[in-house]
Amino acid sequence: MNIYLLPLRFPDNHLLPDLASSISHAFNLTVLLLEKPLSLKEGYDPVRNQYNSTWILAQILKLFPEENCKILGITGLDLYVPVLTFVFGEAQLDGKAAVVSSFRLRDELYGLPKNAEKLKDRLEKEAIHELGHTFGLIHCHDPNCVMFTSTYAEEIDFKFIELCPVCSEFLKKSFHL
Amino acid sequence: MNQEKNDKPVSLLVVDDELSVRDSLTKWFKEDGFKVDSAADATEALKKLKPGVFDIIFLDIKLPGMDGMELQRRIKDVDPNATIIMITAYASVDTAVKSLKEGAYDYVTKPVDPDYLSHLVANVIKQRRLVTENVQLKERIQDLYEIDQIIGESPAMQKVFDMIKAVAPTDTTVMIRGESGTGKELIARAIHSNSPRRFFPIITVNCGGLTEGLTESEFFGHEKGAFTGALYRRKGKLELADGGTVFLDEVGNIDPKTQTDLLRVIETKQFTRVGGDETIHVDFRLICATNRDLELAVKQGTFREDFYYRLNVFSISIPPLRERRSDIPLLCNYFLKKLASSMNKPVTSFSAEAMEHLKAYDWPGNIRELRNAVERAVVVANAPVITAEQLPIPRTPKATAHDQSLDAVEQAHIQNILEQVGWNITRASEVLGIDRTTLYNKIEKYGLRK
Repeated sequence: MNIYLLPLRFPDNHLLPDLASSISHAFNLTVLLLEKPLSLKEGYDPVRNQYNSTWILAQILKLFPEENCKILGITGLDLYVPVLTFVFGEAQLDGKAAVVSSFRLRDELYGLPKNAEKLKDRLEKEAIHELGHTFGLIHCHDPNCVMFTSTYAEEIDFKFIELCPVCSEFLKKSFHL
Repeated sequence: MNQEKNDKPVSLLVVDDELSVRDSLTKWFKEDGFKVDSAADATEALKKLKPGVFDIIFLDIKLPGMDGMELQRRIKDVDPNATIIMITAYASVDTAVKSLKEGAYDYVTKPVDPDYLSHLVANVIKQRRLVTENVQLKERIQDLYEIDQIIGESPAMQKVFDMIKAVAPTDTTVMIRGESGTGKELIARAIHSNSPRRFFPIITVNCGGLTEGLTESEFFGHEKGAFTGALYRRKGKLELADGGTVFLDEVGNIDPKTQTDLLRVIETKQFTRVGGDETIHVDFRLICATNRDLELAVKQGTFREDFYYRLNVFSISIPPLRERRSDIPLLCNYFLKKLASSMNKPVTSFSAEAMEHLKAYDWPGNIRELRNAVERAVVVANAPVITAEQLPIPRTPKATAHDQSLDAVEQAHIQNILEQVGWNITRASEVLGIDRTTLYNKIEKYGLRK
């Protein structure tokens, strides 16, 4: 099984090699870059000035390069689901596709100085978190585990980039990863 | 997985006519490990609803057909324990307040902040756990005082159990008569625990131990500055028992003035705190206990006749242990098991001789004395079987052969113990398994002197 990274209006392409490496390390799978054009216009809500992540997921699912794989869309756009004010990302639970946004992971959005290292760290954690859902992992109660739920940016900084032993064991048993 | 205390996964129902809202909430909560179902309208929701199926229900206020407010009422009829959180597209305070008044836990406005939603659901789960724990604890406390916990198979005790069962569900005042150590308080608690007042407190007032001068304050409470040392306002025992039961232990020891005051409160169910002018209304059931001959006290004029008749509505007499000897082995084995387990000692039984000895003894201190005797035997036991020598009770009563009356045996026994402990009243009352007041009463009754 391969994991594909699909940049979707992502302004920080220089982060992709390290991101691919972290994801590969977390799931013990090969990570490849997928470059396919995808119009996101219809997913835009002008009232909210945000993009519907559920709609984006549906578009990603149309792009499958091979049967047995996962695709993670990476975007710099602000994402939402209809009932929530925003999301860092969205995934199909036990499915094939996920999307993650760097928009709300940037310190400068909160009036703080730009911090490239933090952005990289948060993006890697949230990318692994959303991909974890595609492998059937739900939110973990271990605050150190990357599958611990984070509802604001600083909360992401508290958890580690690794999966806890329980979540790792689940992946080993279910997917032999 | 998100689970309630009883390990059942937390189950949610999302009721909203917008598919995108249903889908996004369902997805969000599934990632949290909840069991989630959804419904597009009231009809679908009511079809899925059964008592206990859903823990939390997210309910859109505006629904096609039956609206969210009406559906909320219908849900409460089917499953009053379900926690309802209303969802609204507009921050309509009126509707939100109305839904809260109807019993909703909270409301959220679409779109909702994810952090707020997470905390809201976490709080609901925490509150539901506390409610469940509270109910379980109340049930456990009730179990502690179940009638079954009172040991006795003798016909005399069976009669007592029947009386408890008959009087418990009523609000009737109960007078428990019995010698010291027969378990009058346990009976009072059993009545309270089997009454409709069981979720309110039972407040015990030991009328034999009331400090002179502070009795009034003990019963009725006092206002700040009511007397020297009254630094704060303090609720009295009657106020603390509001909704529950007041247990007046050793009621025969209440002084005449307090008898008058209590009589008035029992009749009017209202009083004022010492030093205060606010009328306090209370609702309590009264249970009292005594080992004194109240009829004699009435005749002697030390106990008010009207107070006596107000208390002596339903009387339960607990037989002393010597009158139900068949219960002694049962009680001994019950205490042995309980005490050996709490002391972590492998003591399992009594020798045949020890049991004969236990059955033959008169137990003037009744169950309290028997329990203390078993406890001391367990402490000194160095083998699984307790021998007769390890029992801390006299092998033969020292009363003279020509006077074997119960009073004479009791008098002789108390005299013996007092002499053994050098007239140390505290020590003697411990050995006899009776309280100090009772011992003083008996010393006075028998005219015992050093």
